[in-house]
Amino acid sequence: MHKAVLELKGSSFTLSVLHLNADNIDVLLQELDKKLAQAPQFFQNAPLVLNLAAVNEKTLDLAQLKQALIARKLFVVGVTGVQGILAATAQELGLPVIKSGKEQFSKPAAKAPTRTTKIVKQTVRSGQQVYAKDADLVVFGAVSNGAEVIADGSIHIHGTLRGKAMAGAQGDNNAIIIANTLSAELVSIAGNYWLSDSIQAHSNGSGACVRLDGESLIIESLPT
Amino acid sequence: MAQIIVVTSGKGGVGKTTSSAAIATGLALKGHKTVVIDFDIGLRNLDLIMGCERRVVYDFVNVINGEANLNQALIKDKRCDKLFVLPASQTRDKDALTKEGVGKVLEDLSKDFDYILCDSPAGIETGAMMALYFADTAIVTTNPEVSSVRDSDRILGMLQSRSRRAEQSLEPVKEFLLLTRYAPNRVKTGEMLSVEDVKEILAIPLLGVIPESQSVLKASNSGVPVIVDQQSDAGQAYSDAVARLLGDEVPLRFVNEEKKGILKRIFGS
Ligand SMILES: Nc1ncnc2c1ncn2[C@@H]1O[C@H](COP(=O)(O)OP(=O)(O)OP(=O)(O)O)[C@@H](O)[C@H]1O
Ligand SMILES: [Mg+2]
Repeated sequence: MHKAVLELKGSSFTLSVLHLNADNIDVLLQELDKKLAQAPQFFQNAPLVLNLAAVNEKTLDLAQLKQALIARKLFVVGVTGVQGILAATAQELGLPVIKSGKEQFSKPAAKAPTRTTKIVKQTVRSGQQVYAKDADLVVFGAVSNGAEVIADGSIHIHGTLRGKAMAGAQGDNNAIIIANTLSAELVSIAGNYWLSDSIQAHSNGSGACVRLDGESLIIESLPT
Repeated sequence: MAQIIVVTSGKGGVGKTTSSAAIATGLALKGHKTVVIDFDIGLRNLDLIMGCERRVVYDFVNVINGEANLNQALIKDKRCDKLFVLPASQTRDKDALTKEGVGKVLEDLSKDFDYILCDSPAGIETGAMMALYFADTAIVTTNPEVSSVRDSDRILGMLQSRSRRAEQSLEPVKEFLLLTRYAPNRVKTGEMLSVEDVKEILAIPLLGVIPESQSVLKASNSGVPVIVDQQSDAGQAYSDAVARLLGDEVPLRFVNEEKKGILKRIFGS
């Protein structure tokens, strides 16, 4: 058997991304030359992706920028973070518009990740943050003022919630927050949040379940 | 091996130095060889409260830098021969404290002493972190007010994540609550949090409640730790706290408003 003349395979490469945070080419080049002077070896003939998310698409002259980079032996292999006119200009200049792994995959969850449970067996103190990634969070203890508990799933606090609790952090509308005593600074389900004033107005401070009903939060007392 | 105890709080001015001096003296009076170290580099306070400021020649930083040895820097207490003070430097900046330097000094002291008390500076910066890093036990000094309780909570978080015991996954630091400057009459009027409120929020065992007392200022002005004044309420409350630290069960005192007798009501207290 002989090898096919052409083969198409997926592969990933690590590329340096140059983030442009100004529109003025002179300013950009000045800064770049400073960087190049510091580490000339690092940039020689390096393939670069330009991240243009922060620049004004109307004022940036991409063609001029490309020339200036080539003159400095930097090879632009694509642009990212662009839309509209800039995307079109990039294509005319032969620069593919590429999306970073993050942009591609964090879109609507392709498949729901398997969810587990994270257990914390002590009080979460002021200044501490606990994040249960792809998991429910169970706390045996209180969550202090100034502490934050976050879960992609639901949050159960067997103690007093005085700090902030954010459930459904990746957008799960079915996530809930349960606390033995609710006197929180903030509760949030899938990005819909209430601050302490609204929480107080909707609860009696005892055990409660916070969930999302359509677009708005509701707080229900727990059966005692 | 000595037990290393940090007296810490987060918030400033809550009574750490007063408590360090009192508890160190209390432990020594009970026969335990005790050293109290001032970690508040640049401010120097402990030596005043201990009444040994005029005998300071070398300090903690000199020892860390190898400019003096421990024997030269340790000041023996006038009243109790089991008690020593390692004073802070007034002139140097806080960066003089390094983990290696502090660790070495504590290790050397550990061979000789039963208890090492570390009087922490306020805040959560280097000095405070150095004072708590090596601790086996923490006395979290708290005033009955919201901001102090909040800061104590923060410090408890640090003890659980940034101490040596946490970093090396050893048995966690033993945490105790010391509620200081407690004024029962102001609790009653709702100006201050009650013992119960603070215990509820911080959820650690209570080592003691020290009442707000004139005797504290009097004691520090005369350079005698208040625990020596056993006529005073604060002195007695510190003795109770020391007893609890040593494992005794002692009922709480000075937490309820004192009923004023007829004379006091007329002449004031
Ligand atoms: N129980 C008490 N009753 C009355 N006054 C007190 C009491 N405890 C402490 N004080 C006073 O409060 C002030 C601060 O006390 P101290 O210096 O011990 O606090 P600190 O926590 O060490 O402060 P810093 O954070 O500045 O180191 C002093 O003036 C002291 O006399
Ligand atoms: Mg002090």
